[in-house]
Amino acid sequence: MNEKIHLSYVIPGDDFTRAGEASGEVKKKLKQMGVPPEAIRKVAISMYEGEINMVIHANGGMIDVDISTSDITIVLEDHGPGIENVALAMQAGYSTAPDKVRALGFGAGMGLPNMKKYSDELIIDTKPGYGTKVTLVVKIG
Amino acid sequence: MSGFYTSVRLDESLCKGCINCIKRCPTEAIRVRNGKARITKEFCIDCGECIRMCKHHAKYSTYDTLQSREKYDYTVALPAPSLYGQVNNIDDVNLVLHALIKMGFNDVFEVGCAAEYVSRLTREYLESHKEKWPLISTACPSVTRLIRVRFPNLIEHLLPIKAPVDLAAEIARKEAMKKTGLPSKKIGIFFLSPCPAKVTAAKNPLGYESTDVDEVLAMKDIYPELIRNMKEAAKEPFLEDLTTAGKIGIGWGSSGGEAGGLLTDSYLAADGIENVIRVLEDMEDQKFRNLAFIELNACNGGCVGGVLTVENPYVAKVKLASLRKYLPVARNHSVSYDLNPYWTKKVKYEPVFTLGSSLEESLNRMAKVEELMKKFPGLDCGCCGAPTCLALAEDIARGIAEEKDCIHILRAYVDQLSNQMESEKEKGENNDSQ
Repeated sequence: MNEKIHLSYVIPGDDFTRAGEASGEVKKKLKQMGVPPEAIRKVAISMYEGEINMVIHANGGMIDVDISTSDITIVLEDHGPGIENVALAMQAGYSTAPDKVRALGFGAGMGLPNMKKYSDELIIDTKPGYGTKVTLVVKIG
Repeated sequence: MSGFYTSVRLDESLCKGCINCIKRCPTEAIRVRNGKARITKEFCIDCGECIRMCKHHAKYSTYDTLQSREKYDYTVALPAPSLYGQVNNIDDVNLVLHALIKMGFNDVFEVGCAAEYVSRLTREYLESHKEKWPLISTACPSVTRLIRVRFPNLIEHLLPIKAPVDLAAEIARKEAMKKTGLPSKKIGIFFLSPCPAKVTAAKNPLGYESTDVDEVLAMKDIYPELIRNMKEAAKEPFLEDLTTAGKIGIGWGSSGGEAGGLLTDSYLAADGIENVIRVLEDMEDQKFRNLAFIELNACNGGCVGGVLTVENPYVAKVKLASLRKYLPVARNHSVSYDLNPYWTKKVKYEPVFTLGSSLEESLNRMAKVEELMKKFPGLDCGCCGAPTCLALAEDIARGIAEEKDCIHILRAYVDQLSNQMESEKEKGENNDSQ
C-alpha cells in the first residue's frame, strides 16, 4: 500500500496570532512520520514563510499539503494582489510589506528567497490583481 | 530502552484515574489505563508538571535520603542556588551552609560557584562558535530531554558544557580527596535538588557518560531539618565564610540568571514548559536571526519553581534578588580547575513520537489517524484515558487502544445495539401475534 496524506488548511487573513498554526501542525505530523530532520527543517521554514506571506500580503488563502514517502508538496493559493515582479521579489531584502507589518518584525524581504533556499522545487504562478499560487516541493531522503 | 530513565513515578494506590495529569503533560506521556495514570517513559521529560498538579498526590519523584550518608566516610552537600530562595530573612548564605554542616555533612560546596565557571566558559564558547548561534542553555535537563525527542534540528545548538551541578560535584570530590586522603568511593557527593529532572540527570546525564553526584536529595525533604539547624547556626557568634559564589552564580537560581551571567543583551530567557515549547518551535522555524543565546527553564520562574521546592517561585525569586544585591559580581573569574568541563558525547535524536517503524508504516498509520479524526467528536474530554481525540487516534493507529475506548463512539454503538434488539423484539412479538 502506498498511501498519500492530504492535509488542507484555510489561512485567515490579517490574523497574526494564528499565522504559523498550519505549518506547526504539519511539522508535528512530519515528526510523527519519521521524516528525516533535514526535510522537516526545510518544510518548517519554507511553509511558515509562505503562510506568513499570505497573512501579510494576500488576506489569507488556502494551503494544501500532500505527503508521500518520497516527497512533500505544499501548494499555497491566495486571491491577493499578485506579485508584480517575481524576479525582484526573489531578491533577498526586497519587500513591499507595509510599515505596520515591519513593526512586528516581519517584512525583511526574505520570504521568497527563504522559500527557494529551503525547498527542492519552487513554482510561482502569479497574476497581478488575481492572486498567487506557490508550489513548494521538499524531497524526502 | 536504557537511555530513558525517569524519576517521576505513580503510586497506584493513590491514583483515582482522573484526567488532570494527562491533560497537563506537555509531551502527552500519560494515559489512564485500567483506571490508573501510566507514564510512557520514553515520552517523559521529568518536568514534574503531573506531580505539581495531581490533587491525590499519586505522582511523585524518586530521590535519595539523608540516611544514605551512612554509606560514606565523608560527605559533601551541594546546595543549588534555588535553595537560598526557600528560606526566610537571610542576608548571608553562610547561615544555610553552616546549617548543612550542623545537619551532619562534612563539607559544603556551592553549585553557584561552578555556575559562575560555566558562565565564563559559555561567554568564551559563544565568542568562538558564532556559527552555532543561538546556543541553547543545557542546564535544565527537562529542556535538553525535550529537544532530544522533539526538536532534531535544534540539537546542534545545544551548549555542550556540563551542568553546574556536575562540575560542582567533580570539583567537590577532588577537593575532598585532597583534604581527607580518602579514596573516591568513600566520599559521598550529595546534591540538594529543586526538581525530579535533576534527579534523573545525575543518574543518566545527556552529553556525557556519568556524573560525580552520588546521591540527590529533595529540597522539600531536607527543608524542616535545614530550618531547625539555621536557627542553631544563627546563635553562633562567628561563622567562618564558606561561600564561594557571587551575584552571577546565585542568579542562576531563577529565570534570566544564567543569561544575565553572559554579559550580553543578545539573549532570550523563557520559563514554564509551554513557553519553552513555543520558543523552540519558533526557533525551529528560524524566527530568531540575531540572538546569541537562549536560556530555557521548564519551570515557571526557573529553578526556584521546581516541584521539589517549598516556596512560591516568585517569592523565592525576590529573596534571591535581595540576597545577591551586595555580593561581588563573580567570585571565581580567574580560578582554573583541572577537569574537562565539556560534553564528551553527542546527543542523538530519539524519534520516540513516530507512529510506525518505517516511513511507509507511519504514513499509513497517519492516514488512519486522519480517518479516525472524522469519527471522533473532537471534545477532547479525556474519558478514553488519552488527553485529546487526536492522541487517542494516534494510540489506535499504533495499536495500543481501540475505537470503543471513546465513550461517544461506544454510546453510539450501544444505542445501535439496543435499537437492533428493540426491533428484533418487535418482530418477534408481531410473529407471535400472527
